[in-house]
Amino acid sequence: MAAWKPLDEMNILSSRYPRIDGPLKVSGKAKYTHDLKPEGLLYGLILHSPHPAAKIVGIDASKVEQHPGVKAVLTDLHPTGTCRYVGDTIAAVAVTSPEIAHDVLDLFKVDYEILPFSADLDAAMKEGAARVFADKDNISEPRIDGEGEIESAFGPDDIIVEATYRTQVQTHACLEVHGSLAMWKGDDLYLWDSTQAVHGVRESVARYLELPMDKVHVICHHMGGGFGSKLQAGNYSAIAARLAKLADAPVKLMLTREQDFIAAGNRPDSIQKIKAAVNREGKLSAFQVTTYATAGIASRAGVRIPIVYEDIPAWRHEHYDVYTNAGAARAFRAPGCPQGAFAMEQIMDELAEKVGMDPLEFRLKNDSNSTRQKEWRIGAERIGWQRRRKQPGSDAGQIKRGVGLAAGIWWPGGRGTQAQMTIYPDGAVEVRCGTQDIGTGSRTLVAAVAAEELGLQVKDITSLVGESDFPKSGSSGGSTTSPSVAPAIKNTAEKAKARLAELAAEQLGALAVDVQFADGKAMANGKSLNWKALCGLLGTDPITVHGEWVEGLSSAGVAGCQFAEVAVDTDTGRIQVEKLVAVADCGLVLNRLTAESQVNGAVIQGISYALLENRLMDPVTGSQINADFENYKILGALEVPEIEVIFFDEAERGVIGIGEPPKVPTAGAVANAVYNAIGVRIREIPMTPDRVLMALAKA
Amino acid sequence: MVNFEYIDAKSLGDVPDLLGKRWGESEILAGGTDLLDRLKERLDTPKRVINIKGLKELHGIQNGDGLKIGTLTTIAELAADERVHKSYPVLAEAAASIATPQLRNMGTVGGNLCQRPRCWYYRGLEYKCLKKGGAKCYAAEGLNKYNAILGGGPSFIVHPSDSAPALIALGAKIELLSADGKEEMPLDEFFELPIDNLRRENVMNPNEILTTITVPKQPNGTRSTYLKFREKQSLDFAISSVAAVLQLQGSTVKSARIVLGGVAPIPWRAEAAEAALTGKTLTAANIAAAAKASTDGADPMTQNAYKVMLTQNLVKRALEKLAG
Repeated sequence: MAAWKPLDEMNILSSRYPRIDGPLKVSGKAKYTHDLKPEGLLYGLILHSPHPAAKIVGIDASKVEQHPGVKAVLTDLHPTGTCRYVGDTIAAVAVTSPEIAHDVLDLFKVDYEILPFSADLDAAMKEGAARVFADKDNISEPRIDGEGEIESAFGPDDIIVEATYRTQVQTHACLEVHGSLAMWKGDDLYLWDSTQAVHGVRESVARYLELPMDKVHVICHHMGGGFGSKLQAGNYSAIAARLAKLADAPVKLMLTREQDFIAAGNRPDSIQKIKAAVNREGKLSAFQVTTYATAGIASRAGVRIPIVYEDIPAWRHEHYDVYTNAGAARAFRAPGCPQGAFAMEQIMDELAEKVGMDPLEFRLKNDSNSTRQKEWRIGAERIGWQRRRKQPGSDAGQIKRGVGLAAGIWWPGGRGTQAQMTIYPDGAVEVRCGTQDIGTGSRTLVAAVAAEELGLQVKDITSLVGESDFPKSGSSGGSTTSPSVAPAIKNTAEKAKARLAELAAEQLGALAVDVQFADGKAMANGKSLNWKALCGLLGTDPITVHGEWVEGLSSAGVAGCQFAEVAVDTDTGRIQVEKLVAVADCGLVLNRLTAESQVNGAVIQGISYALLENRLMDPVTGSQINADFENYKILGALEVPEIEVIFFDEAERGVIGIGEPPKVPTAGAVANAVYNAIGVRIREIPMTPDRVLMALAKA
Repeated sequence: MVNFEYIDAKSLGDVPDLLGKRWGESEILAGGTDLLDRLKERLDTPKRVINIKGLKELHGIQNGDGLKIGTLTTIAELAADERVHKSYPVLAEAAASIATPQLRNMGTVGGNLCQRPRCWYYRGLEYKCLKKGGAKCYAAEGLNKYNAILGGGPSFIVHPSDSAPALIALGAKIELLSADGKEEMPLDEFFELPIDNLRRENVMNPNEILTTITVPKQPNGTRSTYLKFREKQSLDFAISSVAAVLQLQGSTVKSARIVLGGVAPIPWRAEAAEAALTGKTLTAANIAAAAKASTDGADPMTQNAYKVMLTQNLVKRALEKLAG
């Protein structure tokens, strides 16, 4: 089975090295889909439903077609004719300039039969609420999960806590909105798509447009944020392609910022009603939870709970998806987990307090993961757990500080990537892999793994990613990219190296198996040959090899934990996270710099989830009231705390992903720290100043 | 954005005629930080936009017996001005709390006083609210956590300006220019409640332009500060703010001006708090009484009762700061 060389023999991997496209990005040379402006470009626009629920009686586009700036119109886009959320696609046009967008969209005359709606979870669950789908209840049939006999599990000697927690809808809020630029060259369709899956988009668009897959070429060289919302082809890709065909010109269709908020995915909210018991030994003995959550017009709003502490003799989780007249949820960085962890970690704290145990001690007692057992202790030492207020809320004065903790977790590994390497006679090395760099540094990773294997430097490798014409790799989701891609690149480089070793062996008077590659040289028998000279032996024929993912270089499943220190201003209700210690593991850390960057990003997004972000649906009109960056508040530079990232190395496990697991614990850790600071438990996020002040006033 | 005629004003005297006599026909472009948004969102669709940036007489701060501030002075200039820092800290602090460095570099003092409300229903084209000539204030039955706790009805917007509470607390006067000539008035009388003027936030006529702001020299023993609370420190409008200017004689408050921002449709004079302080010393008990009095008459909506507590706490903090 394949294996990585020992850590102490590695030159590049596991060290800190900058991403190769960093200079392109900071200088503005990196072109995102949003930036592209080919000759003759037209601009695609989507007309969306202004009503949360309405039947489309008719669409009159005759005035639109007469407008001189309009080059193509599509009115056959709605699959059912019944709009179920503000933002539902009605029609699309291609126009000559973005400045006339509003004028043109105003020319559509759409006849709607307006229907009653249920804009959010509370409204949709009310007795007699308007149905989102005429043929079914808003509250779906329950999904039931569990182990053991829950009915008899709550014993008379147990300590029991019952509490209800709530989390909000969080939108992905990608800096680059969703969109695609479509250009036809004969029968071939080129799509520059802001996507986490160039191959996935090719497959979907080819199927939808009934094109052979080899005629669809999807390109994403640089991408401005996805977080799960760009894992699938959007309707905008196919619409751009159809408009481009009709207009016989390239069409770029980027959603507006508002459309990006309302129609391009979100993390479902949740109501979690929990009853949990601890036995005399301080172990979780029974756990009963009922959850309600909405994925808008979609289903699968699941919450992962119990989470982390799952060795419970008896537990039962009853989950209800609730339909609302709102845009469909999409995968969002650790789907279902930050919601579950927010409730789980708080009830763990509430139970610990009731049984009179230190929250950390209680975690250690109930956490069966051996990696996290060590990580808890590392994190506790770094945050100074002993400084924690024994009596919550006991600081004097208006600013009160507290410390809290929570656990991270994630499961998937990754596989199924192919790659191609070409080594040229002049020494140039080019790797092609149909993965994409969604900001995580995978382009750099491809070069680094190849360079490590060939004994070269990162700068010596040309790393080509983000095109569906490159060898197949999966979507960048589920934290699967590194464990899918790194083994494939290593395997490919090994094959190329084997070919070069044969050439070198002859020159060095050694056996091919004895040739070592390091420091830009091939070495054997006490002699060496530099890289250029070696490649020169190829004459005129480059080497091109193909490789693929192999077993033994990657695995699945990570732990992790986080400790937060907060300062709560009891005059204003404002929470400032002052320090956050994130202990993370991902097996073999391929690049400490980009791995830390992933943890930083997850922590920032997690604090933002805990303190600020909240999709607010207007009860009167059923539209999102804050579909803009002024009112959809995201953590800014001044709210970001000192973040200390500590990697717990487990190189022997091979490569594991790190994008999602550090998002899981953050909100729970912050909430527990807030309780420790003020002695009042806030069971709902975001913990905005109004909620903090009202909770303090009630206490 | 809807097409419009763009005019560079050549002289201040031309502006009133260029503006015309009906609201909505013309808009003044100074820093543009609010206007451009409104044009792009099509909240405003003027036929004519008049750029006044070339009017030199409206630029800069003159120091005489007090300050004379041209309305094209940028927020950044105001925040950086040493005279303002030294003698009018409430104004320097208010200016520094506005938006971001980029917006402070572009935005002007005149614009900050004349900016339109941030209420999300007012800003959303799809909501035909009272402020836009519609039939109802959506905030009354909708989402109102940022709306007014004082002076609301029939519209419940809050005035977003940070410089206005500070200037009113300093007793500033303004000068308006119309075709009929100049008019001077206390800034305190410039703003109007929705009950008096539903569609606009101040007394200006369509053909008037705000030209200068005069801040009187403050008597010896004056102390002042501006505290602003926002949910997001990086860039946010005030949820509540307080401008406090106290004139102390020994340890006794000879006069007090307390003006609240972000809680009412106009910068709100907390007169009961001012009265509670006048003639008193800044003891903890007197400060607490003034803080409590600062929200006298508050009538919170369904989701903004927290603003009452918040405002009282801010007033308390401001006074504690000035007492210290």
